[in-house]
Amino acid sequence: MGSTPVVAPEKTREDVLIEEQGFDDHFHDHHHGDKFQSNFITKYVFSMDHKIIAKQFLITGMFWALIGAGMSIIFRLQLGFPEENFSWLRPLLGNWIMVDAEGIGTLDPQFYYALVTMHGTILVFFVLTAGLSGTFSNLLIPLQIGARDMASPLLNMLSYWFFFLSGAIMFASLFLSTGPFSGGWTAYPPLSALPQASTGSGTGMTMWTVSLVFFVVSVLLGGINYITTVLNLRTKGMTMWRLPLTIWAFFVTAIIGLLSFPVLASGFFLMMCDRGLGTSFYLSEIFVGGQALDYVGGSPILYQHLFWFLGHPEVYIIILPAMGLVSEVLSVHARKPIFGYKAMVFSILAIAFLSFIVWAHHMFMSGVNPWISNFFVLFTLIIAVPSAVKVFNWITTVYRGNLRFNSASLFAVGFVSMFISGGLTGLFLGNSAIDIQLHDTYFVVAHFHIVMGIAAFFGMFSGIYNWYPKMYGRFMNETLGKIHFWGTLIGAYAIFWPMHYLGLAGVPRRYYRFDTFDAFSHFGAMNKFITVAAIVVFALQVLFVVNFFYSIWKGKKVTTRNPWGANTLEWTTPINPGHGNWPGKIPTVTRWAYDYGKDGKEFVSQVEPLAEGELTDGEGAHH
Amino acid sequence: MVALNDKNTVRRSKLHPLKFLLVISCASMMMLFAGLTSAYIVRRAGGNWLEFKLPNLFFINTVVILMSSVALQAAYHFFKTGKEKLYKGLLFSAFILGLLFIVLQYQGWLNMHSIGVELTGNPAGSFVYVISGVHAAHILAGLAALTVALVQAFSLKYVVTPRRKLRFELTLIYWHFVGFLWLYLLTFFVIQS
Repeated sequence: MGSTPVVAPEKTREDVLIEEQGFDDHFHDHHHGDKFQSNFITKYVFSMDHKIIAKQFLITGMFWALIGAGMSIIFRLQLGFPEENFSWLRPLLGNWIMVDAEGIGTLDPQFYYALVTMHGTILVFFVLTAGLSGTFSNLLIPLQIGARDMASPLLNMLSYWFFFLSGAIMFASLFLSTGPFSGGWTAYPPLSALPQASTGSGTGMTMWTVSLVFFVVSVLLGGINYITTVLNLRTKGMTMWRLPLTIWAFFVTAIIGLLSFPVLASGFFLMMCDRGLGTSFYLSEIFVGGQALDYVGGSPILYQHLFWFLGHPEVYIIILPAMGLVSEVLSVHARKPIFGYKAMVFSILAIAFLSFIVWAHHMFMSGVNPWISNFFVLFTLIIAVPSAVKVFNWITTVYRGNLRFNSASLFAVGFVSMFISGGLTGLFLGNSAIDIQLHDTYFVVAHFHIVMGIAAFFGMFSGIYNWYPKMYGRFMNETLGKIHFWGTLIGAYAIFWPMHYLGLAGVPRRYYRFDTFDAFSHFGAMNKFITVAAIVVFALQVLFVVNFFYSIWKGKKVTTRNPWGANTLEWTTPINPGHGNWPGKIPTVTRWAYDYGKDGKEFVSQVEPLAEGELTDGEGAHH
Repeated sequence: MVALNDKNTVRRSKLHPLKFLLVISCASMMMLFAGLTSAYIVRRAGGNWLEFKLPNLFFINTVVILMSSVALQAAYHFFKTGKEKLYKGLLFSAFILGLLFIVLQYQGWLNMHSIGVELTGNPAGSFVYVISGVHAAHILAGLAALTVALVQAFSLKYVVTPRRKLRFELTLIYWHFVGFLWLYLLTFFVIQS
């Protein structure tokens, strides 16, 4: 880890270049003991160093991924084997496994809903938002733009600790005797707004809301920092058009988050008023148990508007960082410049813009005016255009490249595969007429799991394998990585491909069991198959986690600074960069990040000065 | 943090990173209110909506919060130009006017209550209470920042350092923002009714 002494004091060509033409910001002049890394608490716990904060986000995200995925295994067991005796799960789940007189244990239906709800909440927010964007924005923004750290390391630290607090509250809610919130991760009223609606709607929902409000604070603190850092702290020569696509993706992701998460907060705030103060924002006249409640004139649809105004941009908050990571990884490992750099940037911007005007496609079935739905259909389908541009560019980047088949690049290619498969079903669902049949079926479950669940995970894995040497100064085990990749690729399709057929047949999502419905009872074998595949894939993720932690201490050591032969600035730092990232001056940038295979050179670092008459920034790169 | 925010940092823009950071936080806060006010529009379009007159105090209060903003701006001017007395006096007035705003808002809510518009009941009333309430919370945060400014103004020796100037500017940006926010909210309520 970071404590190992800096090896390889040899000077690389990049060192010399940075010394000659870099910018001296006198960063190291006034250090009377490093405040940032002076003891264990300031170095590893309340750290203000972006690299440590990145690791904190990553490891916390992995913790939540194991919990969230573990929950899916439990509810998949119920779906695959509804007749099975689950009393063996009692040591883990306690009273949530109901044991009858014959000793047969069954999963409490109420807890099944809690598991489904928590699985969604945890994966969407804690893993794929904080764990993905939090990790890589923190790690890569300062390193790749040539900055010492974030604009405000203090807010950056707070961002992590608000996330931690949010997680702690959510974690505690898992142990309530009434169970965590169980009304679905979207928390639609009235299940969420009426504390008496179900057992999880009481304290469980209160803790859920409080947790997510802290989460919003965390995202915002992170986001304002990312944006400010990218706009304000780029090193000399690092123009916006020379930024690696990773940074473009994180930057735009942060903007989307900054504009959409506050709206979610406003939605939650009105929800809290309904729950705590007795207002009627979301609750209309309601009878519970024959008794009329005091609520008058509220609209549950109002919540859906507020929720999906965040909710849809949120899927791009999840997928854009993965896209950025994949673009970079594919270019580096194909040893070719990214195809259509500017088209990639403009498609990110187009996706970001469109993401704000499509939210009602989640609400085609909630009684919105069908005429207005047409606009949402139109804008939704237009998103296919920038998405297709990106897919085309990834494929053309790899086309005739010298692709290295390592874990990082395999997962990047896997990402493209998943994004195509999941994206195509989005074209079905985006049509309001087809959505009437497919809404809330397993077709939707298959679609979003492939396109933003698995795809985002693949992007994240690709990023982890690729930047692990930068994070820990060691490599992850390649053999285990390849087993992880092939198993997960095949396994993920085995889980989600069959679900399309279930959905087309009308099998609704979130149901506790199907064997009592004649129409769906013949899908029992398919559900068993899906469950078995899910267990195998889960085991492979455990293998990944083992590989991750094993490699921190025992992985093959990185001996050269730039093991992948990449152009970006993070590889010009020492193998274990200390606080401030560069030991001396900060590098000055003279070219874009994608000069691969140019003029007979395999790669050309961004600090390498332009030769006489040399074109750069992609000009003439494809001639 | 020390080394990063000093003048020796490479910067792309003349705007200080922390100021920039605050400005985009304000954009984010604006989205919170955009969410609430658009919820108002959507809900109002749904019918079953109670129409009522906003308390006059809300309009008077607009003048109060704008005066407070002007006072703080003037205080900042005199802080830079070395007029210590004026700087301290105006800073104090800005704080008092801010406090007055909160008191008058509370009176405004009592007036709404007295004409039968309750927090619970028809969402038309709830929206006004909640939106102005969330705004008042933002004013309170601003008052906290002003309190820090006051304590420093009266306890520290008067010197214009870049650090203190920056801190003042940050407070100023935020205070102008929450003042403007109230102007937006009031205009919104007036246009909507």
